[in-house]
Amino acid sequence: MCLGIPAKIVKIDERQIAEIEIGGIIRKASLQLVPEAKVGDYVIAHAGFAIQILDEKEAQETLKLLEAFSEIPE
Amino acid sequence: MKYLSEYRDPVLAQKVIENIKKISHTPVNLMEVCGTHTVAISKNGIRQVMPKTVTLLSGPGCPVCVTANEDIDKAIWLARQSGVILATFGDMMKVPGSYSSLSAEKAEGVDIRVVYSTLDALQIADDNPDKKVIFFGVGFETTSPTIALSILEARKRGLKNYSVLARHKLIPPAMAALLSLGEVKLHGFICPGHVSTIIGSKPYKFIAEEHGIPCVISGFEPLDVLQTIYMLVRQAENGEARVEVQYKRSVRSEGNTTALKILDEVFEVCDADWRGIGIIPNSGFKLKEDYSDFDADKIFDVEVPPPKDDPPGCSCGEILRGVKFPYQCKLFGKACTPERPIGPCMVSSEGACAAYYRYGTG
Repeated sequence: MCLGIPAKIVKIDERQIAEIEIGGIIRKASLQLVPEAKVGDYVIAHAGFAIQILDEKEAQETLKLLEAFSEIPE
Repeated sequence: MKYLSEYRDPVLAQKVIENIKKISHTPVNLMEVCGTHTVAISKNGIRQVMPKTVTLLSGPGCPVCVTANEDIDKAIWLARQSGVILATFGDMMKVPGSYSSLSAEKAEGVDIRVVYSTLDALQIADDNPDKKVIFFGVGFETTSPTIALSILEARKRGLKNYSVLARHKLIPPAMAALLSLGEVKLHGFICPGHVSTIIGSKPYKFIAEEHGIPCVISGFEPLDVLQTIYMLVRQAENGEARVEVQYKRSVRSEGNTTALKILDEVFEVCDADWRGIGIIPNSGFKLKEDYSDFDADKIFDVEVPPPKDDPPGCSCGEILRGVKFPYQCKLFGKACTPERPIGPCMVSSEGACAAYYRYGTG
């Protein structure tokens, strides 16, 4: 039920309803909980609402941290 | 897909597993308190690749599973009233109450509608002005803001035929309740990523500081969960207990302030009844007095017979408390399967029993 997957905003109408793309499928989500979201942002969509905008910089840093594991000598 | 595939790199995953093995010396019990994590752990075979020192337990993290029989009985009672349409999320349909389920009632002709979003429920209210539309609201802090928004929206649109049977639950008090029960020795919590997207990281602070249990807020991809386990093991090995955020791309320390403001406007904290645990103080949301004209508990005088206990032999209560693994229930995979579920942990797609049945019991 709390499932939320990253989706890209492709369009926003005047009622703050966005068209979001998840793996090639377009669905609708309300942006009332993330009013600052804009076209091109990736959001976590849950039960018809976007609940957060994903932070590109933080995503990269998490990956960098994970990659650093590979450099630990055997 | 962006934000997904890069967190599924098997070579990197292997490295993280090796590093967990390298640093883990003392046995630890780590509990995930989110049904989506239970599914992610099972689906990706994470239990099977853990060293013997790391045991992963499933907690009360599926909102469908923890809904008490009495609350399902009340929803059914409301749905049966004349002129009523009951709307709810699909997961709730098959969960057995004391005497029936919503899907059994629907099959009997009761007007129960499955919706994807609360906005769909509002649309039903808009389209059926002569009917009373009641939304059966269950879920944790991720879902509650969407229900609060529907109430604000209903008031804005002047809808007089929309109300909510609010049975929302809060995760941090349930984590503390499990620790107070003392049935299972825990050494760390894998905290829910999307609940925390709403509430932030601060509400877990008392669990780390007062109970001395490490907390790490985790994303849902295999690398997220593995990194979280690494972070929890590291804290446990170092004798630390802090709140850390692994899922930084979605979780800010202050949470989603817009959502929190909306929650605060509509709801107030109340005691809540959890299946398998009982009443946990301050672990639920009810509508504030100012919104009583949207509160199904206030609008209708609900009268249901005393609720029945779980079916004989069903261990869902113990499974929700992490006392038993699903495969230790004598009904698991025999009398109780996803096709013919007996208890809620097998009914819900995020239930521990359903996840173990589908992806293996290792």
